[in-house]
Amino acid sequence: MSTATRSVPRTIGAHAILLTYTVIALFPVILVIMNSFKSRAGIFGAPLTPPTPKTFDLIGYTTVIGQGDFIHYFQNSLVVTVASLFLVLLFGAMAAFALSEYRFRGNSLMGLYLALGIMIPIRLGTVAILQLMVASGLVNTLTALILVYTAQGLPLAVFILSEFMKQVSDDLKNAGRIDGLSEYTIFFRLVLPLVRPSMATVAVFTMIPIWNDLWFPLILAPSEETKTVTLGAQLFLGQFVTNWNAILAALSLAIMPVLILYVIFSRQLIRGITSGAVK
Amino acid sequence: MAADIRPKRPFRWHIGVFLAPAVLVYTAIMILPLAGTLQLSLFRNIEQHQVFVGLENFRMLFGDPNWSVGFWNALRNNTWFFIIHMLVQNPIGVMLAALLSSPRLRFAAFYRTAIFVPTILSFVIVGFAWKLILSPLWGVAPHLMDLVGLKSLFTPWLGKEQYALTALSLISVWQFVGIPMMLIYAALLSIPEEVIEAAECDGITGLAQFWKIKLPLILPSIGIISILTFVGNFNAFDLIYTAQGALAGPNYSTDILGTFLYRAFFGFQLQVGDPNMGAAIATMMFLIILGGVCVYLFLVQTRLRRYQF
Repeated sequence: MSTATRSVPRTIGAHAILLTYTVIALFPVILVIMNSFKSRAGIFGAPLTPPTPKTFDLIGYTTVIGQGDFIHYFQNSLVVTVASLFLVLLFGAMAAFALSEYRFRGNSLMGLYLALGIMIPIRLGTVAILQLMVASGLVNTLTALILVYTAQGLPLAVFILSEFMKQVSDDLKNAGRIDGLSEYTIFFRLVLPLVRPSMATVAVFTMIPIWNDLWFPLILAPSEETKTVTLGAQLFLGQFVTNWNAILAALSLAIMPVLILYVIFSRQLIRGITSGAVK
Repeated sequence: MAADIRPKRPFRWHIGVFLAPAVLVYTAIMILPLAGTLQLSLFRNIEQHQVFVGLENFRMLFGDPNWSVGFWNALRNNTWFFIIHMLVQNPIGVMLAALLSSPRLRFAAFYRTAIFVPTILSFVIVGFAWKLILSPLWGVAPHLMDLVGLKSLFTPWLGKEQYALTALSLISVWQFVGIPMMLIYAALLSIPEEVIEAAECDGITGLAQFWKIKLPLILPSIGIISILTFVGNFNAFDLIYTAQGALAGPNYSTDILGTFLYRAFFGFQLQVGDPNMGAAIATMMFLIILGGVCVYLFLVQTRLRRYQF
């Protein structure tokens, strides 16, 4: 790289802008987490200082854990997210394999049909989805949510995975065929392990909107039994408007699992975004 | 085609088996309900029976003041919501990406990870956290503005009709700026070194290099983020609902199509829910989004020059 692209003032300027924006991006999150560990007086007296021994207080957390059934909501969210993720990845990979591996009549038409859902949001079909779920008795079950999220995640999964499956070497698959492996064995034993990194990318893309969704839990499964953590937090926050300790603690409890997962998977996610899938 | 060479190949069942689960779930839960919703918008519930009424629901939506005032208001607000995203979110995203991709920048991975954090948070968290920060009760926002001597400018933005929608749009920008940043960053990384070096040999560096060399090369990606923003904005609901409630206060000033659809479909307080009108609004949203996607596919994308390296 020539020296022309590197000059000291410009580097300092770049760092200044990026650092400013990083502060803007993180400030609300840090503020909420920091204040959730403080007493009421500490929250209002000095909102911008970290908790000191004098202001440290876990009253917010004890209220939240005593009042809301968050462990249960958390379980619901986990079941819904993991089950939909599993189905999206399995069905998505199978369809992507069929589209990228075999030439058959209607192949590109089928690809286009499945890609429709990338641009048209499933939310617009809510009226009829609710009727369908009422008719099949699935309202207020986690199954309804799992089905909807599977349908919602499939288009993008098929699209991304078929791009990656085209890169798997034909020689390998043909060698498998000569050895007498069935098409199913080739898919599950040869191809799937090779596209595992792109599966992880798809998993992260699929997981975030499912975990964070408010619309479908609100409409399809609002009962106490099936509340997800997002909906539970929303209702809890609505009830406890004046209890700032409880609100800040509930927000922090909702932030932390996602944040921890993100820190673990961020490398995977960023590599996924920056590697070809969206070029 | 292989089929031409061996016309008597047995029917390949495995293709069907591989495709069936995805196609079935997708068709049953997504495509059919979407079609069902479009169909439902042409019917009306009269004495417990669904009666075909043609475009009557749409005539009501556009003409009957009970509906049309709310609809046009929501559409106007939604358009403003989108304009703010295009004017603020995407330029900031492009700028951050351009800075991040500068060669040998230290801590690039840290900045990238940190700036993307708001995008992974749920709307519930974002809406409430900002509500607290902007609340005059807590006083974080006025306190911060006091530090830079602007305290007099503070008002409870979310509570004032003329500011609330813009404030919410900016909160949404704050949340989603990571997406254009990442996509543009990926596009910038894929520009080959030789192109940049050739530009440097011709003496084009710094900002001029960005405007003349890199920007034309990333235009297709800017097209993609524009259409993603469009679809996302005209389908938005959660942020408004969590921050302002289903009534999209104050006085409907933050009502967008998503919240309008929710109230029409489910009813709220005194209003009774009407699935057929809900379907009509969803159909309008569908047409708006479809229109945007078509404009993008046929007018924008075909005119953008793609460069193959």
